[in-house]
This record gives sequence, C-alpha cells and structure tokens, in this order.
Amino acid sequence: MRRDRTLVILAVSFVALAAGGPWLPQWAMFIVTIAIAQGLVALGLMLLLRAGLVSFGQALFYCLGAYAAGALGRFVGISDIFVEMLVGGALAAFTAFILGFLLARYRGIFFGLLSLALSMILYGLLVKNEALGSTDGFNILASTLVGVRPRPDWVRYAVLVSAAAVALIAALLVHRYLNTPLGRLAPAIKDNEIRVEYMGASARRAVHVKYVIAAALAGVGGALAATAVGHIDPEMAYWTTSGEFIFITILAGTGSVVAPFVGALIYGAIHTTAYDLSPNTWQMSLGAALLALIVFLPEGLWSLFTRHVRHS
Amino acid sequence: MSVILDARGLCKSFGAVTAAAEVNAAIEKDSVVGLIGTNGAGKTTFINMITGYLKPDRGTIQYEGRDITPLPPREITRLGICRSFQIPQLYPSLSVRENMMVGIGIVLRNAGRGGFFSRGHALVPGHEAPAEDVAERILARFGLADYAGRNAQVLPGGVRKLLDIALTMVARPRVLLLDEPTSGVSSQEKFGIMQMVLDAVRAEGATVLFVEHDMEVVSRFAARVLAFYDGRIIADAAPSVALADPEVRRHVVGRLKAAHA
Repeated sequence: MRRDRTLVILAVSFVALAAGGPWLPQWAMFIVTIAIAQGLVALGLMLLLRAGLVSFGQALFYCLGAYAAGALGRFVGISDIFVEMLVGGALAAFTAFILGFLLARYRGIFFGLLSLALSMILYGLLVKNEALGSTDGFNILASTLVGVRPRPDWVRYAVLVSAAAVALIAALLVHRYLNTPLGRLAPAIKDNEIRVEYMGASARRAVHVKYVIAAALAGVGGALAATAVGHIDPEMAYWTTSGEFIFITILAGTGSVVAPFVGALIYGAIHTTAYDLSPNTWQMSLGAALLALIVFLPEGLWSLFTRHVRHS
Repeated sequence: MSVILDARGLCKSFGAVTAAAEVNAAIEKDSVVGLIGTNGAGKTTFINMITGYLKPDRGTIQYEGRDITPLPPREITRLGICRSFQIPQLYPSLSVRENMMVGIGIVLRNAGRGGFFSRGHALVPGHEAPAEDVAERILARFGLADYAGRNAQVLPGGVRKLLDIALTMVARPRVLLLDEPTSGVSSQEKFGIMQMVLDAVRAEGATVLFVEHDMEVVSRFAARVLAFYDGRIIADAAPSVALADPEVRRHVVGRLKAAHA
C-alpha cells in the first residue's frame, strides 16, 4: 500500500506559504487568498461528487457566508476574520441542515437543479433587499485577527495566513472524515444505494451529512472571500458562481483533499492570465481549458499526480 | 426448536395481481428452508416483505417475537436479517475487497465503532477481529480470495453471485434470505456452490431461506420446503413429502420441468 503523504503535503504547503508569503507581491497574495476561499468550496463539492452528486448551487452557501460576514460588520460591528468565518460557516451549515431534509431525497439532475433553484432564490431575495444594498451589495470593514488590527501593508499577508490556517484545518478534518466508514460510503452510494440500504446504512442520511459539511466549507469560503475582497454583492449567489466551483472541482479531481486547492489556484492562474490577455474573451480561454481537461484528464489534475506516483 | 421468524396472514396486491394471499410461515431457528414455485408465484415478494422492501397490505412479520413489519430495510438488516439478490447488488466501481470493506464499515459504524474520533483499528462486532482480517476470512470461505483485488464490474457471473452472498455475511446475519443463489450457474456447479454457501453460513450459525428452481438442489440441501403458487403456500413440509404432493407436482415441479426442458 502506498503511504499516505497528504498530511506532509498539507503541512509543507502551509509552512511554505506562511514563510514565503511576505515576499509575494500584493496581487499574488490576493489571488492565492481567493483561491483558498474557492478551494474550500470545491473541497465540499468534492465530498458530494464522490457520492455521485453535483450541486449546481453551492454559491448559495458561499453567498450566505459572505453576507453573514458582511452583516456582522455592518450591523453588529464585529469584523474579526475568524469570527466571520465561524459565523459564515455556521449559518451555511444550519441552512443546509434544514434544506438537506428536502435535497437528500434527490439524486442526479434533480439534486443539481434543485440546488441551483435554491441559490437563485437567495440571489432574487438579495437583489430586492434595499437594506443589504440590493444589486450593488455593500463594502465590509477591514478585518482584525483575534482582535489585533494588522498594519495596512500587512493586512493582505495576515488574511492570507489566516486563510491558509483555516484551509489546513478544514483539509485535515475532511481527510480524516474520508477515512471513516461514513466517508468511505461515498463511492458505494454512487454505485448502488440498494446494497447500501441492505447492508444497514441510510444513504439519505449520509448524503445529508455530506451536504451539511459541504455547505459549512462553502460558508467559510464565502466569509473569507468577502473579507479579502472587502465588498459583497448578490453575484456571489448567481449560478455562474456555482459554475466556477464545479469547474474547479472537475479541474482538480476527487483523489485527495489537496486537489481542490491546487485546482482553485490553477483556475485563478488561468482566469487571471486569460483576463489579462483578452479581457473580452477570457471565458473562451477558460472553456477551452475545461474542454482540454475533460478530453485528456477526465479524472482531473490530481490523476496526473497519482499516475506519476504509481509508475515510479 | 424455537421459531425465529413468523409471518402471519401476509397479503400483497399490485393492482389486479395478487402476489401474496394469506401467506403464513413460521421458520425455526437454524433451519434451512427451500422456497419453490414458478416465476410470479410470490417467492420474491415474500422475501421483499420480510426484508422491508415491500410493505404487506395486511398481516404481520415477527422476528424473535418482535413486530418488524413497519421497519425499513436498513433497520431489519441491523436486527440480523440479511439478503442476497437474484441479480447481484454490488458496488461495481470498487474492488472485491473494497466491496467488503464498505460493508464492514457500515457494521462498525452501526456499532458505534470506527467513527470520526476513534483511534486505531476497531474490532468488527460479531467477528471481534480487525476489518481487513474479517474481509480476508469471509472472502476465503467463499473461495474469493484470488479475486480480492479485481473490480466487481469485471467478475464472472458465478463469482458476482458469491460476492453478493459474501457481502451479507459481513453483518453476521441470524437469518439469511438467498434469492436464487445458483441461478446463472451451470448445473454441475450448483451443488458445489450451495455446499460452499451453506458451509460458510453454518460456520456463522444462521437460519437460511433460499429460492431455488432445481429440485435436486432443494432435495439435497433443504430440510423443509415452502411451495408457492399464485401468491399462496400450497405445501409446507419436508422435501420428500412436499415434492411428492400432487398439487405441487402439477403447479410447481411439472411447470418448472417444462420451463427448463
């Protein structure tokens, strides 16, 4: 059996980012932070995808997390990044717990479209809500870290390291979860729910749990993105945002908890480069990248890595 | 001997079709019971009602004195009633070993072991051994050890059938319902497979009900026969008696012979 290097990869990545971060240009710190936020959402999508479920509405929880963070600053006066992420994740998880009673009954295209519909309802509500800035959204306060306010030129680095720390913890927890019986049930649910049921487990309950975990991760990611950007608007719940997350998840593959973050980083790089080269047709470049990926690496970028390991 | 499973007055209709009409059967502990009958006679409906997949329109099913009629399949499974399927229900994208490990994982989890916070290797309840050992042991007993690393998708038909039964053994069933365990297997192999299955099951100590169309297999392995016809049990006796019954000969044995000729 191949030794599990996930923990080492995660630890080394975190230390490298924390140590090398100060030398990164400000724009790069921003891109990496956003990639971590999106990677958190993709990490949750990966859990669902392993069970054969594609959520076209993960932006719902991303946006909820972001607005929870924004509302904390605007209405309560709290702008600590860790509190924002905690509240964002908790609100998303709670919402998913309620919605899960409905969603966990559905599979395939019905699950996908229902999740999409729910995210568009939130979009519709936010667009009409004057108190939350309707289509313009609103700016959110500069963040503190456990009460400490970093110097202005260090804010981006501080947010980056906080993001990386949260991502590290999330990845470790999910990695552990994947190795529990419930986590290992995912491919079985994808393959044959009748057998799962006749072995004494509830597929619906397992899906519900995965849905809640995925939502919590998306909520944390949303709160993080809100803090990093400093502005939130209803576009965060729009279906194209969900599409981006699916893009990243498929780009990454479901082989490891590290994959979603690598996928998000590469997505960020493609996105930024494409936008830089041709601001009007960048979607075309992204589309071409996805097409090439599906044709050449149907199991995602991570399969490149595992294939290499298997051969060596 | 004590009764472990007691079905009383089971009725089930699908529109105009009556799949069960007043089915009564008391199954004794550790017995081996053969279910015979033509297609549509109500054998699989009987199994589906016992395992909770179908709810009877009327009647009750008692398991060790407890009414299990309203329970869903997963809870009936947890109580110790397991089943195999006429068409094997496997996890095709996983290897044979992984198929077993998923099942063992469920058993561990239902026993509150091997959860998120537990450390090290939990022992599988009922087997009191680590998960990997339990998988190896059951696979060996069913002659599947050589297939452990193969994907379930690419297994030959007979092996799929055996794996389907081996999966049920993971939960240490007290009652095992086998839906046509030897269908799709050549007639020479049938005896060997039934022998292997029953040896494996007896080693764990379970009551067995099996659906079978080959009367020689039934005579050899069943201590008691339930003959189904038109949703009713028309004979309930030892094989030598049941298979000689004129009604059974007319409605079951004769028709099966004609169908197989």
